[in-house]
Amino acid sequence: MKKYAWRIYLCLIFAVLYIPILTLILFSFNETASTAKFAGFSLHWYKELFSSPETFTALRNTLILAVLSSLISTVIGTAAAEGIYKMKNKLAKSAVMSVTNIPMMNPEIVTGFSMMLLFVAVAGILRMEYESIGFAAMLIAHVTFCLPYVILSVLPRINELGDSLSEAALDLGCTPVQAFFKVKLPNIMPGVISGMAMAFTLSLDDFVISYFVGSSNFQTLPLLIYSMTKKKVTPDMYALSTLIVVAVFVLLLFSNMKKSKGETKKVGGGKK
Amino acid sequence: MAKLIELKGISKSYDSEKVIDSMDLYIRDGEFITLLGPSGCGKTTTLRIIGGFEQADEGELYFEGTEISSVPAYKRQINTVFQKYALFPHLNVYENIAFPLRLKKIKEEEVKEKVTEMLKMVALSGFENKSVSTLSGGQQQRVAIARALISHPKVLLLDEPLGALDLKLRKDMQNELKSIQQKIGITFIYVTHDQEEALSMSDTVVVMANGKIQQIGTPTDIYNEPKNAFVADFIGESNIIDGIMLEDKKVKLASHVFDCVDGGFEKNEPVDVVIRPEDVDVVEPERGMLIGTVTSVTFKGVHYEIIVDIKGFKWMIQSTDYVAPEKTIGIYIEPDAIHIMKKSEYSGKFGDYSSFSDEMDYISNADTAEEF
Repeated sequence: MKKYAWRIYLCLIFAVLYIPILTLILFSFNETASTAKFAGFSLHWYKELFSSPETFTALRNTLILAVLSSLISTVIGTAAAEGIYKMKNKLAKSAVMSVTNIPMMNPEIVTGFSMMLLFVAVAGILRMEYESIGFAAMLIAHVTFCLPYVILSVLPRINELGDSLSEAALDLGCTPVQAFFKVKLPNIMPGVISGMAMAFTLSLDDFVISYFVGSSNFQTLPLLIYSMTKKKVTPDMYALSTLIVVAVFVLLLFSNMKKSKGETKKVGGGKK
Repeated sequence: MAKLIELKGISKSYDSEKVIDSMDLYIRDGEFITLLGPSGCGKTTTLRIIGGFEQADEGELYFEGTEISSVPAYKRQINTVFQKYALFPHLNVYENIAFPLRLKKIKEEEVKEKVTEMLKMVALSGFENKSVSTLSGGQQQRVAIARALISHPKVLLLDEPLGALDLKLRKDMQNELKSIQQKIGITFIYVTHDQEEALSMSDTVVVMANGKIQQIGTPTDIYNEPKNAFVADFIGESNIIDGIMLEDKKVKLASHVFDCVDGGFEKNEPVDVVIRPEDVDVVEPERGMLIGTVTSVTFKGVHYEIIVDIKGFKWMIQSTDYVAPEKTIGIYIEPDAIHIMKKSEYSGKFGDYSSFSDEMDYISNADTAEEF
């Protein structure tokens, strides 16, 4: 009896969580623009979506931005994590960790606003139009807010690994750089990958910071959707949202599969 | 044998605590030398300085006559077998052992030949494609040894490599290590806190305490002629008794004058006298040089461990014959079983078995022990 109660409870939670998304997906296949009545299955809104050049550019921008910012923040973040690990002064170390965490704790609206101010000022100093540094500003902003997540994902791995493997590599003839790439990096890879995936999804769906930093000539999908809702929401936005949900779902599935594979490998190894 | 490594006045501190205090030591080519001491004596730090993982605060380190303090670890012809093996989990057995060769971009056929040869030496042929995490502790140890030896270093450092293995396996690996060392003929510098391991494997033993070398010598020298109370106590069991050197070959202890074989002390100089438990014979009280009361007897397998109270000082005697507790016995000591040491900072700190017998009382009174 208790078992059934648990199951019903679980189903309720999932229902609350997913019914809105399922409704959205369902209506993205609706034949008419009605949000109340499902008139029949069609790909009409998808066709409409891809025929709009504006949407297409925004999608392209979003993907370029997400890929670049996740790659850059992963490289910088991994290097930073290694640097923080190697810091000997405990006080300085905790200070650096706090500084790292601030962008994460800080309300996004404040981060976004302050970045906009900074970039406007920089554009002024460089005597350039804000629009012409739009992409660079956006990229820097995205790398900045992704960075702490990468560091927090990589640092525990490095701490766990310790110095012994790197020392063994140095002992066997690796230069410090070789020791990092040949021994340390492969062993902290799961942390690096999950940090990168996190950075990618964060960049993909960021709205608040992009809203402040973005300029008219570099629009991302969240910005586009927002600007459209100001007018009238058309079902092609449902289609777009559906595609995003599917993309995130696939990404999540992929990373979880990789994780569980890694875990079974670890368990199978039976170390200790 | 030529000096291969030489340490001159090496000192090292961590947070103003001196771990190594102005250490001088040289290591000859091809010898099996062991740094022996209790934990915290600076033996591992010494090894890490030789390996290049730590920098000494003061002093010089010579390798084949060249100062190498500032040479990084990866350029030294010294390899290490780490305490926890430090095998690379992302590589299989073959790739772990081949790792140093891959760095040198050696041709695949040659790599294969060398790795196969190494695997044969450490008796792991056929394990090439196994993941290192599936190996037992002893097997991981052998992979670590093979990996450290494949690029033919001049020196192999071993940092308590057998510490994680069980007793039986440890004994086997001791023999194996010794035979590997003799086969390839390179210098092994071995760090351990296990005195038996040190005595059975080494050509030279360096006993360390508090960051200082207490004694350097062959295992027999260290055991038979300990320099001070610390060494005598750390290596094997010892009764260390205050004595007075009346003249050469005559020492007075527990108000009895003994003949001994040592000399070269001042007249009436206070000394520490070491008598090993196995060198004391139990005799009838009337024939004994000293008379005492047995306070406890413990069966140890090969012998009984007998604690005897002689004028308030508790002696340990190892005997194959059983003696009942509370019995009054005499003891007899041959002159060459008496070893005389100069007084040192360690005098009076070691070699009395009174705490030992208290512990025995505590265990035998199991009922009262519950209350503690």
